[in-house]
Amino acid sequence: MTVKMVSFNLRGVMNEGNATRRESPDGHVRFVDVQKSYDGETLVVKNLNLDIARGEFLTMLGPSGSGKTTCLMMLAGFETATHGDILLDGKPINNVPPHKRGIGMVFQNYALFPHMTVAENLAFPLQVRKLGKADVEAKVKRALEMVELPQMGARRPAQLSGGQQQRVAVARALVFEPDLVLMDEPLGALDKQLREQMQYEIKHIHENLGVTVVYVTHDQAEALTMSDRIAVFNDGIIQQLSTPDVLYEKPENSFVAQFIGENNRLNGKVTAVSDGDCRVVLEDGREVNALSVNVGGAGSQTTLSIRPERIEIDPASTLPNMLDGKIAELIYLGDHVRTRLEVAGHDDFVVKLPNTQSRRPLHDGQPVKVGWRTEDCRALDPFGG
Amino acid sequence: MATVSDHMTPGIGQVAVDAPLTAADGTPLRKKLAQANRRARLRATLLVAPLLLFVLITFIVPIGQMLVRSFHEPTFSEVLPRTTEALKQWDGADLPDEAVFAAFADDLKDAKENRTIGQVATRVNYAYAGSRSAFTSAARKSTGFEAPYKEALIAADDVWGERDLWAVMKRASKSYTPEFYLAAVDRTTDVDGNIVMVDDFRQIYVKILLRTLYLAGVITGLCLLLGYPVAFLLASLPTRTSNLLMILVLLPFWTSLLVRTTAWIALLQSQGIINDVLVAMWLIDDDSRLQMIYNQTGTIIAMTHILLPFSILPLFSVMKTIPPTYMRAARSLGATPWTAFWKIYVPQTVPGIAAGVLLVFILAVGYYITPALVGGQDGQLISNFIALHMQKTLNWSMAAALGGILLATIMVLYWLFNKIVGIDRLKLG
Repeated sequence: MTVKMVSFNLRGVMNEGNATRRESPDGHVRFVDVQKSYDGETLVVKNLNLDIARGEFLTMLGPSGSGKTTCLMMLAGFETATHGDILLDGKPINNVPPHKRGIGMVFQNYALFPHMTVAENLAFPLQVRKLGKADVEAKVKRALEMVELPQMGARRPAQLSGGQQQRVAVARALVFEPDLVLMDEPLGALDKQLREQMQYEIKHIHENLGVTVVYVTHDQAEALTMSDRIAVFNDGIIQQLSTPDVLYEKPENSFVAQFIGENNRLNGKVTAVSDGDCRVVLEDGREVNALSVNVGGAGSQTTLSIRPERIEIDPASTLPNMLDGKIAELIYLGDHVRTRLEVAGHDDFVVKLPNTQSRRPLHDGQPVKVGWRTEDCRALDPFGG
Repeated sequence: MATVSDHMTPGIGQVAVDAPLTAADGTPLRKKLAQANRRARLRATLLVAPLLLFVLITFIVPIGQMLVRSFHEPTFSEVLPRTTEALKQWDGADLPDEAVFAAFADDLKDAKENRTIGQVATRVNYAYAGSRSAFTSAARKSTGFEAPYKEALIAADDVWGERDLWAVMKRASKSYTPEFYLAAVDRTTDVDGNIVMVDDFRQIYVKILLRTLYLAGVITGLCLLLGYPVAFLLASLPTRTSNLLMILVLLPFWTSLLVRTTAWIALLQSQGIINDVLVAMWLIDDDSRLQMIYNQTGTIIAMTHILLPFSILPLFSVMKTIPPTYMRAARSLGATPWTAFWKIYVPQTVPGIAAGVLLVFILAVGYYITPALVGGQDGQLISNFIALHMQKTLNWSMAAALGGILLATIMVLYWLFNKIVGIDRLKLG
């Protein structure tokens, strides 16, 4: 679905290319040493430092209770930081009330005012800004066109479908032309198909308007689809802040490796580190080579992370790492066959075999060899410890 | 679509149109459905039958009976049937003729025997003050009367020579009468049947009705004003705290109405706690203590307190369902806290406001005990006068007419309310 280009005369700079923007952020939003505690005993957000560039689509991704929504609420002004500063355009906004921040926000359940029509909902932010009647009508009309609901102005929110409500919520957050829009799990209430469609629509609106978007979600696929950069939250800390491809391919710790995409874990002990690589002895005594990413010296515990699509079964040529395994389960998924194996004492070792012509028939219980390249196997901090 | 019908068995469509569908056992489907539903309906009816009966006996029948009583008063025609019959022939121009007097004298003898003359005397006395003793004495002397009865009766008491009394009697002899409704709005029919206002000093009921509506309105307004913030607080506090506060709101429900009202007497009377404190603080003089009870003020204070939970509870139940994100959304869209509250929050509580207002107003309009105890002279409501007629004057028809007017007033208000707010939007807790 295409999104119509609608001129919103934003002050924000239009999308100017990812590379330049990331290297020299002009700091639209900055979190400086921000901490947040609700009960005075535990920190929900621990020492957050984050720069968000103008026009960027930044996603805060993490499991529930990881502090991502709290960060968003602090930025919106509904929670106050216990310590530290939040800067908007270089100015601290800790003491600015929410209605003076000029930040658009899309809420989890849309929060469309049920006693107002769609048009009245959209007019609300303009009316509180005391815009003229004609101006309000023109902007409401344009906003409805932007989300492709030009005929729905007279309806009540309850008369709209979930997807339509979602679009109205987005339009309402944009209609007063903020240059920063916050979205708090806005697609959580939609079914899968609609969710994917809305992901593209929101992404396109962002590209067309050039607004800065801070997006909160716990759905990693959503984050990968939409974001310029993703901040992975866990336990009140940003675990890794990077572009989607880097996060998937080069996770820096075992939490990120496990949270983003599928991941095979093997526990072991480092025996030697040299030149970016390391030797790791697994729990069953076999030794493998891995890329040394986040390990201590020799003798420290580590968790190896290997993506399922980077593993070969019965490889044609010899690979640096070869282990014996036994097929435990085959699940046919159309484009690929998900194969669960018993390898090195783990029975949850997963390999994705693409459904190509060269695929050889396999059966349960069949002994096979599995192999992978050293650069695909990342030695990270021990998982869960 | 074309391919589908091509593959359909020929004739199926025609059968469905021509013959009614049958169930598996051959009975027509429509009949079978009715049978199946009848059993379910019968069971449902049996389940609600006891309640239906209860409502009929305790609610519809008494109210219907009361409403009938307000315009149906057959005492005269039952006690004095011959007089009633004879009066039908009387044109009302001059004194009735001998036949009427004769019938009346006969009826008086029966009435004396049955000791029923008092009822008629009371009945006629409502409309013709001072006639009561004439009836009782005439009944006492009835055995001594001899023809011509006209002269005999007038000789016994001059009042029997008054055409006006006979006109009143003719009206009273009719079982169906608007008299009580007229009286309930300070009107009466004069001897010639015209509707006129009653004497100035007897005009009370319209004033009482207006006062009742006014006081109920003030009390409703106060309940809403005081209840709204309390309900808001209850709805926005964490559950533990709000449960505790809810007990405080409900506490008055669990205390006897009399105890609560008496507590207000102890607080408000001129030698009461509030006046004592004010005097002790030198805010008022000892000999100019405030009169806060046994007047309208007392009624308003005590009734507002008693009816407050009825406005808090529906408001609370509505507010509880309004998620805080609406207010947040409004704030993020640029509304000040006040605008967000007034434009976003309050409109969503309208069903609760409406329910609270309706409940409190209807309860206040019909309130009896509290105004009776703390209302003094000018804090009495229409219910107190209904009680007066039920218990003291025993003019039940008058009580019924006042009750009927109260009922009609409430129904008009309910209708208006439905027009303005819409009863389907109501949420009664």
